[in-house]
Amino acid sequence: MQKEYRTITEISGPLVFAEVDEPVGYDEIVEITTSDGQTRRGQVLETTSDLVAIQVFEGTSGIDRQASVQFKGETLKMDLTEDLLGRVLDGSGQPIDGGPEIEPDERQDIVGAAINPYSREYPEEFIQTGVSAIDGMNTLVRGQKLPIFSASGLPHNDLALQIARQATVPEEDEDGDGSEFAVIFGAMGITAEEANEFMDDFERTGALERSVVFMNLADDPAVERTVTPRMALTTAEYLAFEKDYHVLVILTDMTNYCEALREIGAAREEVPGRRGYPGYMYTDLAQLYERAGRIQGRDGSVTQIPILTMPGDDDTHPIPDLTGYITEGQIYIDRDLNSQGVQPPVDVLPSLSRLMDDGIGEGLTRGDHADVKDQLFAAYAEGEDLRDLVNIVGREALSERDNKYLDLADRFEEEFVQQGYETERDIDETIEIGWDLLSTLPKEELNRVDEEFIEEHYREDGPEILEASADA
Amino acid sequence: MSKATASDDVREDGVIESVSGPVVTATDLQARMNDVVYVGTEGLMGEVIEIEGDITTIQVYEETSGVAPGEPVESTGAPLTVDLGPGMMDSIYDGVQRPLDVLESKMNSAYLDRGVDAPGIDLEKEWEFNPEVEAGDQVTAGDILGIVPETESIDHKVMVPPDSEGGEVVDVKSGEYTVDDTIVELDTGEEIRMRQEWPVREARPTSEKETPTEPLISGQRILDGLFPIAKGGTAAIPGPFGSGKTVTQHQLAKWADADIVVYVGCGERGNEMTEVIEDFPELEDPLTGNPLMDRTCLIANTSNMPVAARESCVYTGITIAEYFRDMGYDVALMADSTSRWAEAMREISSRLEEMPGEEGYPAYLAARLAQFYERAGYYQNKNGTEGSVSVIGAVSPPGGDFSEPVTQNTLRIVKTFWALDADLAERRHFPAINWNESYSLYRDQLDPWFEENVSEDWAEQRQWAIDTLDEEAELQEIVQLVGKDALPDDQQLTLEVARYLREAWLQQNAFHPTDTYCEPEKTYGILGAIKTLNDEAFDALDAGVPVEEITDIDNAPRLNRIGVQEDYNEFIEELEADITEELREKY
Ligand SMILES: Nc1ncnc2c1ncn2[C@@H]1O[C@H](COP(=O)(O)OP(=O)(O)OP(=O)(O)O)[C@@H](O)[C@H]1O
Ligand SMILES: [Mg+2]
Repeated sequence: MQKEYRTITEISGPLVFAEVDEPVGYDEIVEITTSDGQTRRGQVLETTSDLVAIQVFEGTSGIDRQASVQFKGETLKMDLTEDLLGRVLDGSGQPIDGGPEIEPDERQDIVGAAINPYSREYPEEFIQTGVSAIDGMNTLVRGQKLPIFSASGLPHNDLALQIARQATVPEEDEDGDGSEFAVIFGAMGITAEEANEFMDDFERTGALERSVVFMNLADDPAVERTVTPRMALTTAEYLAFEKDYHVLVILTDMTNYCEALREIGAAREEVPGRRGYPGYMYTDLAQLYERAGRIQGRDGSVTQIPILTMPGDDDTHPIPDLTGYITEGQIYIDRDLNSQGVQPPVDVLPSLSRLMDDGIGEGLTRGDHADVKDQLFAAYAEGEDLRDLVNIVGREALSERDNKYLDLADRFEEEFVQQGYETERDIDETIEIGWDLLSTLPKEELNRVDEEFIEEHYREDGPEILEASADA
Repeated sequence: MSKATASDDVREDGVIESVSGPVVTATDLQARMNDVVYVGTEGLMGEVIEIEGDITTIQVYEETSGVAPGEPVESTGAPLTVDLGPGMMDSIYDGVQRPLDVLESKMNSAYLDRGVDAPGIDLEKEWEFNPEVEAGDQVTAGDILGIVPETESIDHKVMVPPDSEGGEVVDVKSGEYTVDDTIVELDTGEEIRMRQEWPVREARPTSEKETPTEPLISGQRILDGLFPIAKGGTAAIPGPFGSGKTVTQHQLAKWADADIVVYVGCGERGNEMTEVIEDFPELEDPLTGNPLMDRTCLIANTSNMPVAARESCVYTGITIAEYFRDMGYDVALMADSTSRWAEAMREISSRLEEMPGEEGYPAYLAARLAQFYERAGYYQNKNGTEGSVSVIGAVSPPGGDFSEPVTQNTLRIVKTFWALDADLAERRHFPAINWNESYSLYRDQLDPWFEENVSEDWAEQRQWAIDTLDEEAELQEIVQLVGKDALPDDQQLTLEVARYLREAWLQQNAFHPTDTYCEPEKTYGILGAIKTLNDEAFDALDAGVPVEEITDIDNAPRLNRIGVQEDYNEFIEELEADITEELREKY
């Protein structure tokens, strides 16, 4: 048994300092027992030959200098088994659903080692989410990390749930083979109400059976949030790379995770980086987000959809900023579109999927997909620009051409992006709607589309899927 | 770097005192500043970064979980070096030059384990050495001794190491040898092997730095056409996330007319390195027709790899680049992103509790950046050859704000500035390089080359493009207030021409098989076609044709399709004729 110390010298915020006389390893797990018999878990943040700094996951309240400190001689591990599917765990991996104890097949360090870039396989399998704004304009692929940039009061959860419900890989459906699909849900500091929204949906759709849920709620200890996503991702990697599942990991809300990092940094009196967040936050976030991907020779995959709420709707805030620098694109939820009633209110212009270029095209989605997407982006951007001008000079002062672009921008939002959270559109339908919209412009304007595709798809006699617009 | 290369007098003489993330302190360690040490029972690789009394501070290049005080530290007695010799092309290394493919098989895992070491070049493989000296020849440091055909594209030149005294050749081998076999013996008793080592933080010696006069052709219209970089030049690409830094760097790695490309992925995404590993062997070098990977060396310290190795990876890269320069090659080095390197410096510095400078970066940030970019240049080498190292650094400013220290300190050194723009990226105008903000200070010194090799009026045509784009920027401000139709006819026409400059010339799709690479002749040709439209259109306007009729002509939109034409000459010729005809018919 490990040695027990009663040598706490200082307690400060989430940190406890204790004297030791035997060496303790960096990152090692610690168990602290308070005078009234409660146990708290923590982790070594700094170790010297006689003093150790410990970060306590469940908070330090109730700990006094008489508390006993025991070092476990190992780093934090996650108990892994396929039986985790269908289970609900707390933020540090303990079951809270009243089900049986977890009997692990193996235990893994939750600080995952980096995947060797040489061993990775480049992600390029199209995932059909059934959401036009994503599939058509910012396509998701298997093994991608694509966060949702949202803000408080916006329906990011509805979109995340819609994706979790609808995501399929069309080709595989056809040949019927392919690995099974699993969802890992890691909640960090979200409200009980939000948590219920997710749980109800999982139960309603039967998704819970193929899910593992980690719950750290708003009133749970903040420091625990730093281990929740690592537990979730360790489980995801196990299911993906050892059990061949295609795992979709939803992490929400990354903002709360980062707040916890800041709290620990402040308690350690570190030199803060931008806006008080630790200087190593980029590296720390990368160690989470980079745990997505595909590995050569393995059938499964880890796809991540982290959700974050941008403080003050500001995407230059360090949390979205650093995230955007690490992830492979981002999906913006927009407040204006939301108040116009667009569901999902995705702002496609600043949104981006960097893995899209290799994931679409002939044999993957459709040969004309890239061209249609490029043209829609250009046309919508032009229409949006004109909106400012129209406010000043009025529609009459604009040329016929400009008016067409203005109309297209409106219809793009109302008919392409807008679809409702319960509607599923396949990729064909999405691209055909795109053609309906592009065909409201003169052919010559379609300079990003190959002439052959124009020949084949341009609607000479009005839209094929959408209603003809009132004034046409 | 490898254990095999460390000097023999390894002493197990230090003891770990404390561990905090990548920073470890040790007592009783006999080591010099910057010596490489092995830390803990697992022998994790690290480097001495501070010595204070009996306490030595070490940055560790691997994860330190579980490492405890009391564990041993041993010094190799040598600074961080790279192994140089045949076998570096077509390879991928981590930040301290361990080959990632070798690590995969040694660790037998897709994950990077700890405490495993591997030499930077294959010590067992035999290479065909063809001598270029014979017994009796006098040789000095840097001289070329012979040639090894390393890949189809690259002849590896085996050189006398820079720190050699030189002497008279007494014995030369010819045939198949490993990099550690002696291939030349000097009368001083020195035995020269194909393998050299060089400390990464020290520039390799040269004779003289010269003014670069040749462009590094990138095959990207906006770069070659407006903001060219010289062979031996420096460039920075700052931009917010998602604006196109990596795509631009990849484009340069693919298409730049350098002999050798060293690509350093510094603190960025794993998948982006995988993409290069998967794509490059399939792509052809437009100059030689050989697989691009044959001339490429990759260094990957992805964002989730240990941060200390991020600090060293740019040095590993530039040392390899210098070595090939010494052979007389033109080398291009891309570093994506230098901001991650600067942040690694900041992280280590803050763990050392150094006095922070601006935004927490260490006070020596500017000096380190300058030292790094100064290693670029067009050089007269010791052996009489000429070679160059061009350095292109991506910068990732927080919040996309260029006023931050890394961007600002970089701009003080580099001579080419390619400013990426979130707004252009958002509307998918790629490459999203802002033509109003960017600049190249090499333009004038490179003009003679373009005039001689592409066209006499290269500089003149470019100036016309710049003037037109400038005018557009001014007119756009007015349009924002009153609308386009309120402008006089000639200005409306200028806007139309400028639109083609943006859409047909500046925009270039990196993912289109043809458009991805545009030779300078084509860059010139497209510009010429737009100029033809301009001239003919203004003639028509002068002759009284209404502006709407001019801007509405059927042939003009075809300008946007030149980029994707393989046989562009014919296409342009026809198009110019058609535009001319269509416009002249109107009056
Ligand atoms: N020349 C180009 N042609 C076509 N698409 C481009 C081009 N440049 C950039 N893009 C698009 O922009 C996306 C983002 O580019 P990139 O990954 O290079 O951004 P970045 O500046 O490196 O971002 P980060 O700082 O986050 O790494 C690409 O995935 C691609 O879709
Ligand atoms: Mg990048």
